[in-house]
Amino acid sequence: MSNKEKLKIAFYWAASCGGCEVAVLDIDEAILKVIEIADIVFWPCAMDFKYSDVRAMEDGYIDVTFFNGAVRNSEQLEIAELLRRKSKIMVAFGSCSSSGGIPGLANFYSAKEIMDYAYLETPSTVNPNKTQPQVKSTVKEGEIEIPTFFGRVYSLDQVVDVDYYIPGCPPVPDQIVDAVLKLATEAPEKGHVFAGDKTLCDTCELEKHDKKIEKIYRPHEIIPEPGLCLLEQGIICMGPITRSGCGNRCINANMPCRGCFGISPNVIDGGAKFVSALASILDVAEEQAAEEITKSILDPAGTFYRFDLPKSLLHGNIRKIEEAIK
Amino acid sequence: MVSLEINGKTVEVEEGTTIYKAAESAGIEIPTLCYTPIMEPYAACRICQVEIERDWGKELVTSCNTVCQEGMKIITDSEKVLNARRVILSLLLERCPNVEILREMAIKLGMELPEMVPEEEAETCILCGLCVRVCAEVVGVEAISFAGRGAEREVSPPFDEESEACITCGACFSVCPTGTVKMEDAFGRKVPIDELTVGPPKSIAIPTYQSVPNVPFINTETCIHFQTEGCNVCAKMCEPEAINYEMEDEIIDIDVGTIVISTGFQVMNPSGITRYGYGKFPDVITSAEFEKMTNASGLTDGKVVTSKGEEPKDIAIIHCVGSRDVDTHAYCSRVCCMYALKMAHLIKEKTSAEVYQFYIDMRAFGKGYEEFYSRLLSEDVRFIRGKPGEVTNIAICAEEEGKLIVSCEDTLAGEIRRIPVDMVVLCPAIEARDDAREFGAMFGLGCTADGFFLEKHPKLAPIETASDGIYLAGACQGPKDIPDSVAQGGAAGAAALSLIDRGTIEVESATAMVVEDWCSGCKTCNLLCPYSAIEFDEKIGASVVNEALCKGCGTCVAACPSSAIIGKHFTDKQILAEIEGALI
Amino acid sequence: MSYEPKILGFLCNWCAYTGADLAGTARMKYPSNIRIIRVMCSGRIDPTFVLKAFEEGADGVLMAGCHPPSDCHYQNGNFKAMRRYPLLKKLLSQLGIEEDRLRLEWISAAEGDKLVRVVNEMVDRLKELGPLGLSKSNVEPLEESETLNIDNPTEEENYVK
Repeated sequence: MSNKEKLKIAFYWAASCGGCEVAVLDIDEAILKVIEIADIVFWPCAMDFKYSDVRAMEDGYIDVTFFNGAVRNSEQLEIAELLRRKSKIMVAFGSCSSSGGIPGLANFYSAKEIMDYAYLETPSTVNPNKTQPQVKSTVKEGEIEIPTFFGRVYSLDQVVDVDYYIPGCPPVPDQIVDAVLKLATEAPEKGHVFAGDKTLCDTCELEKHDKKIEKIYRPHEIIPEPGLCLLEQGIICMGPITRSGCGNRCINANMPCRGCFGISPNVIDGGAKFVSALASILDVAEEQAAEEITKSILDPAGTFYRFDLPKSLLHGNIRKIEEAIK
Repeated sequence: MVSLEINGKTVEVEEGTTIYKAAESAGIEIPTLCYTPIMEPYAACRICQVEIERDWGKELVTSCNTVCQEGMKIITDSEKVLNARRVILSLLLERCPNVEILREMAIKLGMELPEMVPEEEAETCILCGLCVRVCAEVVGVEAISFAGRGAEREVSPPFDEESEACITCGACFSVCPTGTVKMEDAFGRKVPIDELTVGPPKSIAIPTYQSVPNVPFINTETCIHFQTEGCNVCAKMCEPEAINYEMEDEIIDIDVGTIVISTGFQVMNPSGITRYGYGKFPDVITSAEFEKMTNASGLTDGKVVTSKGEEPKDIAIIHCVGSRDVDTHAYCSRVCCMYALKMAHLIKEKTSAEVYQFYIDMRAFGKGYEEFYSRLLSEDVRFIRGKPGEVTNIAICAEEEGKLIVSCEDTLAGEIRRIPVDMVVLCPAIEARDDAREFGAMFGLGCTADGFFLEKHPKLAPIETASDGIYLAGACQGPKDIPDSVAQGGAAGAAALSLIDRGTIEVESATAMVVEDWCSGCKTCNLLCPYSAIEFDEKIGASVVNEALCKGCGTCVAACPSSAIIGKHFTDKQILAEIEGALI
Repeated sequence: MSYEPKILGFLCNWCAYTGADLAGTARMKYPSNIRIIRVMCSGRIDPTFVLKAFEEGADGVLMAGCHPPSDCHYQNGNFKAMRRYPLLKKLLSQLGIEEDRLRLEWISAAEGDKLVRVVNEMVDRLKELGPLGLSKSNVEPLEESETLNIDNPTEEENYVK
């Protein structure tokens, strides 16, 4: 199945919703362009491959691996490490592998809380025996093993070396095609992120003024003035801190940016930085007023770290998460 | 011009001048009781009579209302004149034997003085009419007038009742030559006669001794003219016509490059320290009040007297009243030891009183100060080391009767002592002004815990402040004596001048800088800058920091959601490295 | 050895840092648990620094600036710190860091004694709270090949490696 001139590419999904896989398909007929220059050597979601096929490859056999999803269990870790060995270029595809993404929000909870909730507490659960999955269990046929659930979620680059990033939840078709074509011709500098270097405000077409916010609204609490910066109207928009390149999808739908393209390149910790930026422009002059308005921001950590909690300075709730990989 | 001769002296005066004024201009004094330059002459008292030599003989006229004529020959002190005055004066003295001004005049005229009568029976009004006239002519309200005839004649408001017309301006009080009109009598407005204390200022007064410019001002809040449009006495009195009621306070904006703050201090009011009885015993006074008393131009002409007007036999000077005291001010006020020594020296010079200095420590720290202290030791001043516990008037033995008793532990002798004295002088603490904090805030100046302005560095930059171009001088920065204040003032002036002379200022080097390639133009930072140094440049689609305006606080650096603003010398990278280093 | 918390202080140049200086020149004693980083203004304190400090092993962080409303050398930088503080505390508590580990105080240049008091109070409180445990040297790497007791798994070992 190999063609020496053609690029050999692989796709893999780890802790993700599958949206990234759909995004690949979403490039529509542009897939033909990709196929012209590339052969797909591994894509468990769409084609039948076995891990043994990959293990059989020589190291560095695959030209580019597009890895989507965060790393939460031992299987994902094992395959990430495997694909890393077998690939010349490892691309973190989508928010989850780039920075943890929505699954990364699990880092607010301990593994036990997650398991208890999923297997015991959700309203739809019926589990009178309180059975929970075990790493190893013995059945008639012998001992079986399932992957170990780690103490926290990792972004891909926290477990293996990553060459490039294609952020987005999911990445947009233009961005994907652009990335693939660029990787096929001249590879950018290692660590390059296929998104804008400036933040979303750079491409956002809403009218922006000097900012002063009197009151914070959740999106359902207010009908925003059309054409006007949402943050100025008191809606928490992560645009100022988020990389551009998404084509302003949410803004165009009159919704604030949620931050899926990841934090801007110079920012170290998105949540802390957004606290700084947002609080600075609050129109309050007394400690009590500052506390009042803070109350109206229900879930600052969840909102400000929505797509990059595992990659933030503290990776999550430090009391809940446990480091498993060193 | 008219030329005439007074007491053989040729005098030239303008036409229409009265004889009284002509004599005054020639330096010849004519006694009078009812003349005042602020009103038309009235010739009521007849004391100012002089003799005119006419062709047909000599004639007695009242000098205050007789106009000079060419060639007049006037004698002001002939026997005839003097006799005429004596007759009038003796009649007046018969009516008012106690009036000081009459008695002085009688002595000058070589008359025998009548017996004084008891004060309560004494008539003092000489019916000169000055008060009636000033009220009518100057103030213009006619609240008082003469009533009765002959022996019954007196000055009173209509029907001897409280007059609604009276505006209690005090003009009558100020013109009365005998002290008959008293302000205490005025309706609803008591004026304290405060001999020793600084007291409430008059409505028109020079604000302080040696004030610059040394001119009076009118307190429009208390001045009767501004309340009633009446009075006008000061305007009438002022010959150069310097008084202008139309003038208004002006607020003048002056653009300056440097500011020297030298707002000084205030003296603590010692009445809060009740154990020393200030405000309760009239002979417990503050050092400032003592200073006013010993001032040669002061109320007592420089004499040291008690509230009873007697020379004190013993005086206690109490140091550290409110200073070096954890309950009030923990700091040393620095100037009190030395001025207390000076006061003792003055007392010794002016009186034969025994002086007791109650001190905690003698702090004679300056040039020549220790020597002065040694001199005082040899001047027989008693030094008692100890902080007095109280000043009381409760005597426990005969020698304490009628005296103030200072009780104190003499820590050198190791015993409790009670010293009876006639006068106690307190040395109250120097305090920061009440409005120092509020005032300092206008200049971005901080205050220390005790309220004095905070210098940039206590040793290395004692005149500079945290704000460039603003300097401190004098006691607003901390208690200071005159040499230190002068030195600091000179230094502050020099520092200000050197900045002015240079003509340029150094802008902050640690400014913020926007990296254009990273700025997405979200406009988060623009309003944060207190100096409006950040502007959005539409052309490049990014915000730009005006480095001449930027002071380098770094607020925008912290707030920039793209981290596109770099705070020079305090970059994120540097601070993060510091954090890592600090927590190794 | 008893536990000695590490406190990182971000002190503004004009008030709090000068206040600390005063505490020093006045020979006031305060615990050596605090390490001070000078910033020009409390408005410069980026919450990132606070998180970084905790990540680097600080047990507590003190932010200190000039008294509002008017002491700030830069007019109102302290207000920005004041606005960030409650939101940052809320964020920290969601990240599992007790709110008491972060403290914002207004300390004037004359309040060396206040700095001493605040540091003492923080040390006392942090001793009650115990170590935050993020110090890099404290984290011991888990053994990769730790075997799990299958027959009688503890609750933790059930699913977590």
